[in-house]
Amino acid sequence: MRRMTDLQRRGLGEVTATARAVLAPDAVITDPARLATYDCDGLTHYRVTPGLVVLPETTEQVAAVVAACAAHRVPFVARGSGTGLSGGALPHADGVLIALSRMRRVMQIRPDDQRAVVQPGVINLQVTRDAAPHGYYFAPDPSSQQICSVGGNVAENSGGAHCLKYGFTTNHVLAVDLVTPAGDVVTLGGDAPDAPGYDLLGAVVGSEGTLGVATSVTVRLVRAPERVVTVLVGFASTDDAGAATSSIIAAGILPAAIELMDSLAVEAAEAATSCHYPAGAGAVLVVELDGPSAEVEFEHAEVERLCRAHRASEIRAASDPVERALIWKGRKSAFAAVGRISPDYLVQDGVIPRTSLPRVLRTIAELSAASGVRVANVFHAGDGNLHPLVLFDDDIPGAAGAAATVSGAILDICLAEGGSITGEHGVGVDKAAYMPRMFTPDDLDTMQMVRCAFDPFGISNPGKVFPTPRLCGEAPGHRKGAHPLQDAGLAEVF
Amino acid sequence: MPTSVSTVLDDLAGACPRVMAAEPGDHVDGVPARFVAYPTSNSEVSAVLTVATSHDLRVVTRGRGTKSTWGRPPHGVDLIVDLSAMDRVLDHAAGDLVVVVQAGTALTDVQRSVASARQRLAVDGGVAGASIGGTIATATSGPRRAVVGTVRDLLIGVSLVRVDGTVAKAGGRVVKNVAGYDLCKLVTGSYGTLAVITEAIFRLHPMATDARYLTVTTDDRTALAAAAHSVIGSQVVASGVEIDWPADGPGAVGVLLEGTVAGVENRTAATAAMMTGFAVKTLLAPDWWGAYPWAGADDGHRATALKVTFRIGALGEVLRAARALEVPLHLRGSAAVGVVYGAIPSGTDPQAVARAVQRLREVAASNGGSVVVLDAAAEVKAVVDSWGPIPALDLMRRVKAQFDPTGRLAPGRFVGGI
Repeated sequence: MRRMTDLQRRGLGEVTATARAVLAPDAVITDPARLATYDCDGLTHYRVTPGLVVLPETTEQVAAVVAACAAHRVPFVARGSGTGLSGGALPHADGVLIALSRMRRVMQIRPDDQRAVVQPGVINLQVTRDAAPHGYYFAPDPSSQQICSVGGNVAENSGGAHCLKYGFTTNHVLAVDLVTPAGDVVTLGGDAPDAPGYDLLGAVVGSEGTLGVATSVTVRLVRAPERVVTVLVGFASTDDAGAATSSIIAAGILPAAIELMDSLAVEAAEAATSCHYPAGAGAVLVVELDGPSAEVEFEHAEVERLCRAHRASEIRAASDPVERALIWKGRKSAFAAVGRISPDYLVQDGVIPRTSLPRVLRTIAELSAASGVRVANVFHAGDGNLHPLVLFDDDIPGAAGAAATVSGAILDICLAEGGSITGEHGVGVDKAAYMPRMFTPDDLDTMQMVRCAFDPFGISNPGKVFPTPRLCGEAPGHRKGAHPLQDAGLAEVF
Repeated sequence: MPTSVSTVLDDLAGACPRVMAAEPGDHVDGVPARFVAYPTSNSEVSAVLTVATSHDLRVVTRGRGTKSTWGRPPHGVDLIVDLSAMDRVLDHAAGDLVVVVQAGTALTDVQRSVASARQRLAVDGGVAGASIGGTIATATSGPRRAVVGTVRDLLIGVSLVRVDGTVAKAGGRVVKNVAGYDLCKLVTGSYGTLAVITEAIFRLHPMATDARYLTVTTDDRTALAAAAHSVIGSQVVASGVEIDWPADGPGAVGVLLEGTVAGVENRTAATAAMMTGFAVKTLLAPDWWGAYPWAGADDGHRATALKVTFRIGALGEVLRAARALEVPLHLRGSAAVGVVYGAIPSGTDPQAVARAVQRLREVAASNGGSVVVLDAAAEVKAVVDSWGPIPALDLMRRVKAQFDPTGRLAPGRFVGGI
């Protein structure tokens, strides 16, 4: 690890002093053993022990710590539940980790206005739990919703299985209180939509903590549907399942979710959860329909008809919550279940146009066969968001490298199809190096102009999203030598 | 030393074949331009802006010119970049429910193009003839925002040309995509002050098989708000819940239900049952549906056009406030989300308009919303604060300074003099 410069050590010392002045004694962590427990998020093969951890309880405390960081050019990283899968909350060795786990209060539930106001550490599912008695719920539902935080959802613009119909976090956040990288507190957006001025809220959601720290989040609550039906369908092949997906969309049906698992993923899920998926199926679709009963009944019949037309081997429908939960159990535990059939795995998060699905799956299968690296496919078929699980055994020399090569090749396939390198997990540290494959230097430079407006010193979650920092305030393309932030140790080139 | 007009024209003509000296109609909210360029591609827009930079020209982008009086009048205009020649649907990937269009394309042309696949871009065109670029730049919306959202929610990719001619893109062709900053949202509603939008990629929706409207009419404000709220809080999933509240006389709530034939039938009955005590009219759209309240009242003078936002639950309070003003105000819009539009007749005393806007702003602000004067006659704009108080204005100025450091893109049209 790079050694801290004297300047940084002094800066971190000053920030620590400020933190001690404004936070409770147990909310400032400097003990190396305890610091080490914060060394990673959900992407555990990146690990960095933070220089300081603070556990604020109020917006003012966050602002005070960030202002001190700004004054001394000390980098900071905000962290919710630490469940992210791209290393977005990976700490900075010479910086402060602002853990928001103590800001966990649901401040308001206002069903008449279809709004909830929550602190950033509130668990995603808690919003729905609190809104449910009023007949409402919070729509974004990442698979980690039992543990991930709303603040993390805001940073990552989290999706989930149901974003096919209901959109992403960005479509459900109306306002945030943001502590800017200068330590100022601003409200972006409002209780009503379409706040006048630039839509800075739209830029902040999904910016992966690089534009500041959200300390209060106003979200939209959605009326619970009258009826929900979940259909489990077995197919002989992923080709058939993919074609059935396309035919459902082409029929003008917009399901709440369409999830696809291939035979390897089904095998893993079955081993782990005994979810009773169709035995021997080459692929399984989970289709969920929700809305007014009369619409759902019609769509349900259509979906079954279309699946049969694509040679479905077995169809099971569930409308009561217990049966539906059983169907979802297999899908939602798929990532963890893969641990049953492989000691190690990488999760990929590419996106392709939905119509490319059958072709891309065949290409991945060829890639797998040629490399000898097994790939289990679990994904949001409705919106073309692939989660290939690339399996390997880290005890076998070279296996991790081979898996990483296959994983990277899958992203290249996605880009060749006109897709994206990430659908919901974010860029973080993990994919910063892939950004130039998707965007030109001018594209990235333009995005970083926003960064410069918010964070001219590059101290808010540095090293994430962008492969190289932009020098703020000077014309692009005329830089010489190393970036000054690199020299200062505040940024690294990935 | 100022460059001669002919030198500037020559340089612009070198960048873009169709360039001319401005004609009398080439003005932006009464501010005359000197030159107009009609680029046909991203690279021509880029070349034009590069020339504009070298001559320090102030630039206003024009799509179809349908909202050129919206916002504040610019401080000055040297060059209008007119995108009406960039009017093609570049790609319609029907199976992926995605369309790629040039910014100068009329919204109605896009709708017509995708309708062949029984799809639609779920943006209601409130302004006749509006372009895609102008629709994005002003973030206009209509009744269907209740379920599918607005341009903000449907725009998934964008190509921009920066003031210095740099061409950049953000987002992409897939709906689910979190790679990089979402510049689509940043430029939506930015009134052409950050960059020239040249291409847009939208998510499409399937067209519904059947659609039906329900309308109830009453002069009882409380009953009207209650009727709207009963539908908004129900499980019928109305595509739109609109109110129409004229300056006097009875008002109305309109509900749009879309879906399958059987589904719509069933939901219409369910919705009608909620409207107890009302004579419910069904089937056809009320004649005011989806139209801004100032539309059609054009007597050659501009009405004052407002956008009023508030908490969904505050509808009744806003309706009450509207009739307590010293000027006549006609409100109409999406009760479902708390965004309505307002019209104050042309010829109303400008000072009275300014006071009414101020009063309405207090009501909106105390209900989590705002009031923007989208358009007004020059004498009204002279005395009214068009944008009202803007939180985070300093941050917005810094974003503007990054994108347009010398302030040459639509100077003065946007919030805080941006």
